[in-house]
Amino acid sequence: MNDHVSESIQSTIDSSDVVLFMKGNREMPQCGFSNAVVNALSYLEVKFEDVDVLQSEEIREGIKVFSDWPTIPQLYVKGEFIGGCDIVKEMFETGELSQLFTEKEIAHTKKD
Amino acid sequence: MINCNSIMPMEQKEIENLIKISIPDAEVTITDLAGDNNHFSAHITSSLFDGKTRIQQHKMVYDALEGRMGGILHALSLKTTVKKD
Repeated sequence: MNDHVSESIQSTIDSSDVVLFMKGNREMPQCGFSNAVVNALSYLEVKFEDVDVLQSEEIREGIKVFSDWPTIPQLYVKGEFIGGCDIVKEMFETGELSQLFTEKEIAHTKKD
Repeated sequence: MINCNSIMPMEQKEIENLIKISIPDAEVTITDLAGDNNHFSAHITSSLFDGKTRIQQHKMVYDALEGRMGGILHALSLKTTVKKD
């Protein structure tokens, strides 16, 4: 991955509190796994930036190198890689995702 | 919705074997979610997960699958649990 791609990814991650690299976008997810994470974030009413990796092969492959994680989607909160679909779903189900947003002072709707 | 899995599927046994090579004490339960030999969920229990974050645990499984994740086996849902003695 060249520096240009790495810098572009880094600046995207730094530009918003919550960034989701996904296939498609929040209105039109193009993969069930991306859709599942969009649903979790929408349920908690969290503001997030959706990055459609299908628009750029460089970003689609670069993000996997960047995080050393082999699949999409990938969720970042305040610059930190949180996980892919499985981990975000598990955190959502256990309440850890909501707790994370609270700890990181990110506005969301806490629903029990 | 584009199809997320269009590459040669892997047999369940192959997945289990690959995981057990790298994580010898792993208890592996694999479910074929869609009956298409390519959408699986795998629940792995191992003492080697102890003290590791979920990301680290899942990476251990991905590494065990030697880079097949994402490519050949896009749709493998993982759940990891620490085996307590």
